[in-house]
Amino acid sequence: MFEFGQLMESFYDAFSARGIPLFVPQLIVMLAVATAVLIFTAISVMFMVWWERKISAHIQVRFGPMRVGGWHGWAQSIADGVKLLLKEDIVPAGADRLVFVLAPMVVFAASLASFVIIPFGPGLIAGDLNIGVLFYISISSLTVVGIIMAGWSSNNKYSVLGAIRSAAQAVSYEVPLVVSVIGVIMTVGSMSMTRIVEAQQGMWFVVPQLLGFLIYLTAAIAECNRTPFDIPEAESELVAGFHVEYSGMRFAIFFLAEYANMFVVSAIATTLFLGGWHGPLLPGWLWFLLKTYFIIFLMMWLRWTLARLRVDQLMNLGWKFLLPLAFLNMGITGLILVLQGQ
Amino acid sequence: MTVTQVVFFLMAAFTVGAALLVVSAKNLVHCAIALVFAFFGVAALFVLLDAEFLAAAQVLLYVGGITILMLFAIMLTARISARGIKIMNEQVGVAAVVVFAIAGLLAYANLKGFPAAVPPLTVQDNTASLGTLLLTTYVLPFEVVSLLLLAAMVGAIILARRERGKD
Amino acid sequence: MIPLSYYLILSVILFGIGMFGALTRRNAVGILMALELMFNAVNLNFVAFSRYLPQPLLQGQIFAIFVITVAAAEAAVGLAIVLGLYRNFQTINVDEINLMKW
Repeated sequence: MFEFGQLMESFYDAFSARGIPLFVPQLIVMLAVATAVLIFTAISVMFMVWWERKISAHIQVRFGPMRVGGWHGWAQSIADGVKLLLKEDIVPAGADRLVFVLAPMVVFAASLASFVIIPFGPGLIAGDLNIGVLFYISISSLTVVGIIMAGWSSNNKYSVLGAIRSAAQAVSYEVPLVVSVIGVIMTVGSMSMTRIVEAQQGMWFVVPQLLGFLIYLTAAIAECNRTPFDIPEAESELVAGFHVEYSGMRFAIFFLAEYANMFVVSAIATTLFLGGWHGPLLPGWLWFLLKTYFIIFLMMWLRWTLARLRVDQLMNLGWKFLLPLAFLNMGITGLILVLQGQ
Repeated sequence: MTVTQVVFFLMAAFTVGAALLVVSAKNLVHCAIALVFAFFGVAALFVLLDAEFLAAAQVLLYVGGITILMLFAIMLTARISARGIKIMNEQVGVAAVVVFAIAGLLAYANLKGFPAAVPPLTVQDNTASLGTLLLTTYVLPFEVVSLLLLAAMVGAIILARRERGKD
Repeated sequence: MIPLSYYLILSVILFGIGMFGALTRRNAVGILMALELMFNAVNLNFVAFSRYLPQPLLQGQIFAIFVITVAAAEAAVGLAIVLGLYRNFQTINVDEINLMKW
């Protein structure tokens, strides 16, 4: 593994030697990182879509896509992506055009911005912010705004209903999500993602924070609007939820954002609870990706095994079960820390 | 002009533009969306002021909480997006005069009261120190504000709940 | 470096816009939004002061945290009142709700 820090420094030095102000190389680095993240997201999402179809198929004793590309239909999602890009761009007549166009961008920007704080390996992080975890929590709340924008601007009853359900769900499950993460933050004493990973050198936090991990996972699945919490897009009652009226490219962006969100949520679970890049033999970034994809697999497994909850069951689970448990977890963690005299 | 200043002016223009849209847009949903952008602009300014925790809290609470509550309220109280409804009352003229007077006074007081070029202080990692301060020096206001939140929550539930038997 | 006065002027402009909205909007939710703008202007002032002026450490930021908290409480209660108004009057235009005005 070569040293990213040294590479950066020599890159900056090369510019300052020629008398170019510092912000020019900084801007170049930012653009390069953003492009890299974008490409990574696109490839990773294509893989996840194919994988999900395969998993669902095998759970239901089918084969799934087998034709495109030869080996087990690996090129299926590429073909689907190309098809979506070539489709006609439709804005419904009754729609609020500006908001309709803006909504997918807001949703996608929110999930893409979350990649800033994901530590893929030692030093492999776009920005090791002081407020790491909090940055993710706050930026992800923007997704809800985007979803409401999409649902409302489509001027369709189903999409408005889906958007309102989604917002209610996201707001309710954000609370246990935040509280479940606090246990880890208290143990480490920092919100910086790198420091959290470094603190798990000896033991992964999934052991002392098992309760927190389970609450986080449940709340995260709900945040991603996936079964068993996919009431916002329940196809049997709402057609497809907030994005009924979207097609072609804009729909593809929603799709991309949804799967990117799934990746981010799993990556954060890996960082906070599964020791991030720590692991024997293999290089750090590979461990990180392996763990992340394991959690993604877990989410897919749950999706194709469990049935959908009702709205009242969903709210009861969030407010009356997960939230008290999360507070309990926080209290116990605090008590232990005080007794240990930290 | 340094890069920081360019960023500041961009963010300031962005925030003011969004704020103008909030008070002038005809459709309330548009106002709420503009409000989101205004909150983001202010959060960016907080980052420029080295208040990262506050910037995150601003986005989390205002964008993730308050704006979504407002969008709910807008959607639950129908008839808002109907066209041709007057959005402002008859006080526009008076209000403009009052606002200009007060804003002028405030600007004058601010420019007069504080030296124009104060060098910024150096601050260390402020998230940890904020937490320590909240639980030591400011623990009493902290508890009071928690009580206020609890009271507001109970009050909001009682106010918004439909009484049984009525409508 | 950005002088303190820039932030103060920006905050005054934001406060003025918010106040204009609060005074002229007919819709109650619109008024609440304008109020939030005013809160933000005040917070900007607090944070700028805590960055630039020598005073107890981070006092301004602490105050801004309290302002945000109170703003959240205000929005929750305010919107609940708006819903109650809508239920009773079928409108949330404040100049049509004049039962107490003689």
